[in-house]
Amino acid sequence: MSLSVRMQHALPGIDLDLSFDAPSGVTVLFGRSGSGKTTIVNGVAGLMRPQAGRVAVDDWVLFDTDQGLWLPPHRRRLGYIFQEGRLFPHLTVRQNLAYGRWFAPRKAPRENPDKVIEMLGIGHLLDRRPAGLSGGEKQRVAIGRALLASPRLILADEPLAALDDARKAEILPYFERLRDEVSVPILYVTHSAAEVARLATSVVALQDGKVVRHGPASDVLADPSVAPAGIRAVGAVLQVRVLKHHPDGLTELDAHGSRLFLPQIRHRVGEDLRIRIPAQEVILSSKVPEGLSALNVLSGTVDSIRSGDGPGAIVAVKTPAGIVLARVTRRSVAALDLRPGSPCHAVIKTVALAPQDVGGRIRSGD
Amino acid sequence: MDWLGPAELEALRLSLRVSFWATLATLPFGIFVAYALARWRFPGRQILNGLVHLPLILPPVVTGYLLLLTFGIQGPLGRFLAEFGIVVAFRWTGAALAAGIMAFPLMVRAIRLSIEAVDPRLEQAGATLGASRPFVFATVTLPMILPGVVAGAILAFAKAMGEFGATITFVSNIPGQTQTLPSAVYAFLQVPGGEAAATRLVIISIVIAMSALLLSEYVGRRAAARVAGS
Repeated sequence: MSLSVRMQHALPGIDLDLSFDAPSGVTVLFGRSGSGKTTIVNGVAGLMRPQAGRVAVDDWVLFDTDQGLWLPPHRRRLGYIFQEGRLFPHLTVRQNLAYGRWFAPRKAPRENPDKVIEMLGIGHLLDRRPAGLSGGEKQRVAIGRALLASPRLILADEPLAALDDARKAEILPYFERLRDEVSVPILYVTHSAAEVARLATSVVALQDGKVVRHGPASDVLADPSVAPAGIRAVGAVLQVRVLKHHPDGLTELDAHGSRLFLPQIRHRVGEDLRIRIPAQEVILSSKVPEGLSALNVLSGTVDSIRSGDGPGAIVAVKTPAGIVLARVTRRSVAALDLRPGSPCHAVIKTVALAPQDVGGRIRSGD
Repeated sequence: MDWLGPAELEALRLSLRVSFWATLATLPFGIFVAYALARWRFPGRQILNGLVHLPLILPPVVTGYLLLLTFGIQGPLGRFLAEFGIVVAFRWTGAALAAGIMAFPLMVRAIRLSIEAVDPRLEQAGATLGASRPFVFATVTLPMILPGVVAGAILAFAKAMGEFGATITFVSNIPGQTQTLPSAVYAFLQVPGGEAAATRLVIISIVIAMSALLLSEYVGRRAAARVAGS
């Protein structure tokens, strides 16, 4: 299944004019606040009627101004996960979960409620009311409610923005499961590079209502011109596997043959992970570094050098583990005589691999 | 109720019946108008709001006279209803109509407040989950405003129990037919030696009005707590 979106809408201060396709998996709408992300999602949901455009899931048209077609939200078969949860306060968790199911067509493919409740770990909350739940619990119930409505499209509008870091870490794995286990397209709005790195199958980067870049997370996050938080959010995403937990508190990871160490993480040996390495935590050296306290050194060749405004530059280094990005000064680029193709060593401070940047690909049955 | 004379008892019974039907019959309209005023933007919204509040600010005698002109035997609506065998003039149904119209603004105000306290984003959430507008109203809005509706109904009931001016102007003061509690108090005070009966009815009126007010406050507070608990 694939979602296609084309939208034109003029708002005070922003002119929306864009189109993109979102296949199965998570498509992240990524951009600063005010870039039009929520407006797009609400347009897809039918909570807002764009002035012109077309929205369709495969050949099922939700909205098309050329045909004069507009389905109201309740006929769009959505699973919308809101930032604030929006659970019904007068209903129990059980009734909240059952709400969407009640309105879904009889012959729609259904998720097994027991399986969803187990996956989200909310079995013990069923008889409670939303007022008695923590922020993280509410959001898990909201995911379950959306999932059990038999949606043909899942929308999530900054579902983690209202939560603190600990709760974010609690909820993210459930979105990863959703991505890996559900076949419908998921449109996910965020301005957090860490969430993009962990979740995104593909990223639509937005600026002032336009798509400035559309592609895999590793490409988009590597581009300093599109990162919403500017150069600070730039980082590389690597696919790794947990190799060994060492008794001194470090975990050894295998990145396509290269070794990386980071403070012990909870993931089991043999598990596949995505890790994100922010560019500003990486130092470059033209010689094999010696006498350094940093444990992680990846060697490779310079792939590209990009300069933004100001003195900084982003150097992409091609290593066996994947592309690693480093934020250095233009002066250093000149001093090290870095050019595409020149050999180079990327030194990564261990602390750079913060737990909230470590994402798991959790397989079913875990 | 031995301490009440037959005429007093009859007035009390009639008042309860009039107020009950006045409240019940106006409730659906009250919810609809409150919802329209709270949620819809349409031309003439302020005019509707003014019309709803008119009985609250007009002298009751004027409201009663307008009802007489409209629903009386010679009135346009009165004649129309008479075609279907419905006569409200000088009947208890007329008293209920007058009481309902006088209580309507209070009912609408209470319900409208509770609707405005419901987060429209919850109704949107209902829509994204597949519920059409009527279903969203029935499953999200209505359960959340229910305490407000109950509070509004109690207030309207109390107001209907005390309605005098419009009722006596519209349907007169016929014992057993249109002589409600306040009309009876008024009638007792017109005859020598009627003070004792009037006093008894006054005490009943105070008790009913006071309990209704307290009950409505209590239910209203619960409503606020419930809507806040998202």
